[in-house]
Amino acid sequence: MNDRKKSGGLLLSVLLGLLALLFLLPILVIFMNSFKGRFFIADAPFALPSAETFAGVQNYINGVQKTGFISAFGYSVYITVGSVAVIVLFTAMTAWFITRVKNKFTSLMYYLFVFSMIVPFQMVMFTMSKMANVLSLDNPTGLIIIYLGFGAGLSVFMYCGFVKSIPLEIEEAATIDGCGPVTLFFKVVFPILQPTAITVAILNAMWIWNDYLLPDLVIGRQYKTLPIAVQYLKGGYGSKDMGAMMAMLVLTILPIIVFYLFCQKYIIRGVVAGAVKG
Amino acid sequence: MQKTLKKYFAIFALPTLIAFALAFLIPFLMGIYLSFTEFTTVVDAKWVGLRNYIEVFTQNQDFLNALWFTVRFTVVSIVTINVLSFALAMLLTKGIRGTNLYRTVFFMPNLIGGIVLGYIWQLIINGVLYSFGVTITAKPEYGFWGLVILMNWQLIGYMMIIYIAGILNIPPDMIEAAGIDGASSFQILRKITIPLVMPSVTICTFLTLTNSFKLFDQNLALTAGAPSKQTAMLALDIYNTFYGRAGSEGVGQAKAVLFFIMVAAIALTQLYLTRSKEVEN
Repeated sequence: MNDRKKSGGLLLSVLLGLLALLFLLPILVIFMNSFKGRFFIADAPFALPSAETFAGVQNYINGVQKTGFISAFGYSVYITVGSVAVIVLFTAMTAWFITRVKNKFTSLMYYLFVFSMIVPFQMVMFTMSKMANVLSLDNPTGLIIIYLGFGAGLSVFMYCGFVKSIPLEIEEAATIDGCGPVTLFFKVVFPILQPTAITVAILNAMWIWNDYLLPDLVIGRQYKTLPIAVQYLKGGYGSKDMGAMMAMLVLTILPIIVFYLFCQKYIIRGVVAGAVKG
Repeated sequence: MQKTLKKYFAIFALPTLIAFALAFLIPFLMGIYLSFTEFTTVVDAKWVGLRNYIEVFTQNQDFLNALWFTVRFTVVSIVTINVLSFALAMLLTKGIRGTNLYRTVFFMPNLIGGIVLGYIWQLIINGVLYSFGVTITAKPEYGFWGLVILMNWQLIGYMMIIYIAGILNIPPDMIEAAGIDGASSFQILRKITIPLVMPSVTICTFLTLTNSFKLFDQNLALTAGAPSKQTAMLALDIYNTFYGRAGSEGVGQAKAVLFFIMVAAIALTQLYLTRSKEVEN
């Protein structure tokens, strides 16, 4: 390698390092401010905490109390895990069924699922939340059913693409060996679908964990998930507790970052697969 | 096998189908019907024909303003996000040490939810504007560029990953051969790299297009439309029409139908473009 290339590489590394820092800066600023007194944040968000402005974990205590953080976290976990589990399993079964049973009804179902992917949420938000209310689905468990219906489009579509590539011979052999459809699905088909199942799980988990408007309209009055808790912290005019807000932002981001660092490979792969197909 | 499987409809397809009908299909059809009626609680709907659709444009300018704001925002976002993420992808495919670490960092904002993103950037932009004695809601331009910066921060890493995949697909001997033939690195970029990553460009353009066009959470958290609805995008305007004051639910639903038609048109264009590309190849 000649000198020019070497210095170019160094320059590039410095540039990228600065860019990476710039990308992390917003999160670092929030983190730093979460330890400052509530009245020292809006005026000087870029000043480091000093002896005068340092507030210790007071913001965290305030924020957790004001937002009911613990219960919001619990609802978010329950709704996300429950919905993802239900979506991953049921849409796989549905996708297998409508790919293997070929008739007018199943192809109509397929097109309806695909169609639902291009409909924006605002189109159905009013009628859907009224419907949930009438059918008493306006609780965390009911919300899981709503998410199954809403997530079905993309998930069925992604599974269908994969099911088509599974050779029929495998399933025929198992059937000849005396497997009924239910055993066949759980013992043979579902294990083969595993890569797509991971992608479907990640895409839906990211969507549901961060979703604000749907849970707010359906269960927001009684049950607050994390995004709803953050939004409601804003409160009326001028009553915003900036310290509590910073602490809540940190507590909301932290689990996502930890999860991301552990499952990075799957998350990036899943998101790209979803982008290319969706 | 198909015959036996058919009998298992209730186990395999019915649960998803019921949830799908309740959460999507019935509300969708009701939504279309209600856009032609006057209603406050769904059951008291009174047929009014096209009146709601006319009122979308005549009652006030909100919808058209929101549409114009959304279109401007979407165009600026598409250009900035795609140029920057492509440039980053080029840098990260040069085999520098620590490429994986950079990829991890740049992609991370994509995982943070819209509401949280909005409040993060509200603090930072207000902090910068504080030295000029104003806040983000002082002028619509502040909100506009605030949203653009936020959207760039969120989506650059995501698009970058798709571009990296596209760039790594280019056979390295092609670039090497061009280099031996005396092509400058700019010529290689223009004549080889860019034409060969066109499929990625299409994907990223439409991803930024739909994400920007349908934006809601970030818009709500960052400015909530302030000052006086001037930074409200389409989705937020529809939300405000529904829940802002009683009596305009019909107009809100009509706006939602128009919004749906626009989004569907974008999706169909994308489908058409990717299909025709596939035939070419």
